[in-house]
Amino acid sequence: MEINTASAGTLESGDILVEIIPARQKGIEIILSSAVSHQFGKQIKQVIFQTLSELNVTDATVHATDKGALDCTIRARVTAAVCRATKTDVWK
Amino acid sequence: MNKIANRVKQIEAMAQKTGFPVYSEGKNPLVRGKIATPRKELQQASPKLVSLEEAIRQSGLKDGMTISFHHHFRSGDKVINMVVDKLAEMGFKHLHLAASSLIDVHEPLIAHIRNGIISRISTSGLRGALGAAISHGLMDEPVIFRSHGGRAAAIANGELHIDVAFLGAPSCDSLGNACGYAQGENVKSICGSLGYAKVDAQYADKVVIITDSLMPYPNTPNSISERDVDFVVEVDSIGDAAKISSGAIRDSKNPRDLLLAQTAAKVVINGGYFQNGFSIQTGTGGASLAVVKFIREKMIEKNIKASFALGGITTHMVKLHEEGLIERLIDVQSFDRGAAESLINNRMHKEVSANEYASALEIGSAVHWLDMVILSALEVDVNFNANVLVGSDGVIRGAIGGHPDTAADAALSIIVCPLLRGRIPCVVDEVTTLITPGTSVDVIVTDYGVAVNPNRPEIAERLKVAHVNVVQIHDLKEKARKIIGDADPLPFGERTVGIVMSRDGSVMDIVRNIKDK
Repeated sequence: MEINTASAGTLESGDILVEIIPARQKGIEIILSSAVSHQFGKQIKQVIFQTLSELNVTDATVHATDKGALDCTIRARVTAAVCRATKTDVWK
Repeated sequence: MNKIANRVKQIEAMAQKTGFPVYSEGKNPLVRGKIATPRKELQQASPKLVSLEEAIRQSGLKDGMTISFHHHFRSGDKVINMVVDKLAEMGFKHLHLAASSLIDVHEPLIAHIRNGIISRISTSGLRGALGAAISHGLMDEPVIFRSHGGRAAAIANGELHIDVAFLGAPSCDSLGNACGYAQGENVKSICGSLGYAKVDAQYADKVVIITDSLMPYPNTPNSISERDVDFVVEVDSIGDAAKISSGAIRDSKNPRDLLLAQTAAKVVINGGYFQNGFSIQTGTGGASLAVVKFIREKMIEKNIKASFALGGITTHMVKLHEEGLIERLIDVQSFDRGAAESLINNRMHKEVSANEYASALEIGSAVHWLDMVILSALEVDVNFNANVLVGSDGVIRGAIGGHPDTAADAALSIIVCPLLRGRIPCVVDEVTTLITPGTSVDVIVTDYGVAVNPNRPEIAERLKVAHVNVVQIHDLKEKARKIIGDADPLPFGERTVGIVMSRDGSVMDIVRNIKDK
């Protein structure tokens, strides 16, 4: 699957800005910045990773700037970013 | 003949008998002789009026001593940084800085702590970079945190002895009559009440007033009397006027705040204390202010009037006072310009010292006569404990303020907080840091229901009758956990960076240093 640079989300409180760029190496690399990384960093990365996997993204670098988003928001933003990055409609 | 000359022997005999000396003109060096200078001129050269450096020198301040400050200028304050810079320049070391609170503008203290000028801190709170640095282990000695009432009590009973107080005042005359505003005069800034500073002025060994508006004598009304003041220092600016007293805090339009406020208002109205002559205190958060709006409507509808509103006074409370809905305002800290101006204009708006406001050791402290208080919190737990000091990231970012004082003393204490703030749960198993014990918290209002302390079943009953959504605190905690999952533990270290004092003078909890992952 070809990945172009794309992003979804905002820096508003409760949201997460997800930027996907072509993979620098094989596999998925997640660079997370979050005020709640101590307590929820692992969980947030897990949700991002899982959402990418479900969308069959295997190689990508993801910059995520989290402002306290809930899991549902994270999934939505990652999904939107993948749609834009791959120019595909995942809802089909 | 009964002339003075004939009574000399008897005067001497009586002086001897009573142990007083016999009168002789100019004998007592403490009594000043007559000076013919016009007083306008004389006041300019008041012996109390000196430079900051001279005041520090004459105060007898030594290394290791305790200096104190107030936080009435909020984020506009220039006094703390100005004085500590000067103390650094003069070569002082190991001072104990005891402020009524410290906020983000006091970030320059970090360098003074590193350089050994400040080695101990007592305060109600810490914010911004200073709080973060201290949480990460900046200081060798833990910071002592006290509530506003706890600080006042500790100063009054000598546990917190102040050697020299440096108190900024928006107006002061050359003899030390200081005030947070000025009647009929133009001053550079106004802060309203000087309630926290009044305690320092009363109990500190030496008191230095720092002002940028030197008034003609006598500066009346005065919050601090010349009797308590040793030195007056005139400076260009004590702070940023716009930040010392900001405009009225805007009404929240956030629908969640409004929902919280509406629910809290229902608790106030149906909790059993909403009757003619009731008394109330509220915080300044969006939800707290909105509560006032909803209560106001009900007061008008039911023709109920409050006897007083207490605490940090806001424009919202002033409006109710001016409408005749609240008879008196008791003000330890004026939160905005409207409140500060009301103190000037409204006779029934009374300024109180922190002692009279909230000391547990003061029989007449106003919080003891409070029916209801509406508070916020960073976190509450299933035992109704509250934390207002340490953030959910383990970093000190708040202030105790009057939280434990009002919660403990009010007949009905209500904490309003959302179930979640972003991904942060506000109802948890156990608070990160214990500030206000659950025994003093009666009701917790969230956007997912109202939890009532099991100690107060009568309140729960009254609220149920009024169709308030009363829920179990454990259910709230569980709901939060379901939405956001389980949090990993915070990476606390083994060092103690803060000691939380209870308002009764005992150690309530400690704050450990936080490590970066």
